[in-house]
Amino acid sequence: MKIRRVLEILSAELITGKDLLDEEIDYGHGSDLMSDVLAFVQNNILLLTGLIHPQVVRTAELLDIKAITIVRGKVPSDELIAMAKSRDIVLISTTHSLFTASGILYKHGLMGEETAHIEI
Amino acid sequence: MKFDYIVEGGEFINAGIASAKLKKVLKQLGIASDIIRKVAISMYEAEINMVIHADGGHIEGEITPEKIEVLLIDKGPGIEDLDLAMTEGYSTASKQAREMGFGAGMGLPNIKRNSDHLNISTKLGVGTTVHISFKIT
Repeated sequence: MKIRRVLEILSAELITGKDLLDEEIDYGHGSDLMSDVLAFVQNNILLLTGLIHPQVVRTAELLDIKAITIVRGKVPSDELIAMAKSRDIVLISTTHSLFTASGILYKHGLMGEETAHIEI
Repeated sequence: MKFDYIVEGGEFINAGIASAKLKKVLKQLGIASDIIRKVAISMYEAEINMVIHADGGHIEGEITPEKIEVLLIDKGPGIEDLDLAMTEGYSTASKQAREMGFGAGMGLPNIKRNSDHLNISTKLGVGTTVHISFKIT
């Protein structure tokens, strides 16, 4: 799914990354716990999170995550936005909860990242 | 090739900078992406630990054609019960660590899972050295 499509489906707001909207993401993963993201995610995902600590961007950077959707309408700091911008990571904001945003995307065909794991 | 990074303590925003730098170096060296990923995850978790628990420290290591060695050295409080610390879900991290999405007791198990070798030497009141290595070939 193109990142552009995520924006449309969620009626979300783009914070940064307008030149990267044609990039593809293969799966979704929702978590407020970055340790879990580091432990479980192995594929090209859209990260959905309610956490707005700059370490969210660092986690994305280290795992080559191209796009982050911030849920529950939380407002990230300028510092977080600058970090995402300089690392070519797309930031999207939605007023939906983590549950609802994930559900809407799933309904439109975006699968959970864990479905890609062989052992499941 | 040798590397050396200083990790500042108390700077929760900067935690992970050294890991991101090494990741870039490994990429430039043309190391396979699955190995880069393991190194990045392990080192990031260990670097976070260093910032959360030990007020920073330094990271040194070496990249050879056979392996990547990373040593994370701190002068923090040390780990009281290493077996307990290795248990998934066990954590002594602060509220601040939890606010940044860490401190859920996943760090050390995560490092163990992603590395080929993990050795932790620790002494109460003296510090901790975490030695992680990854095979390239």
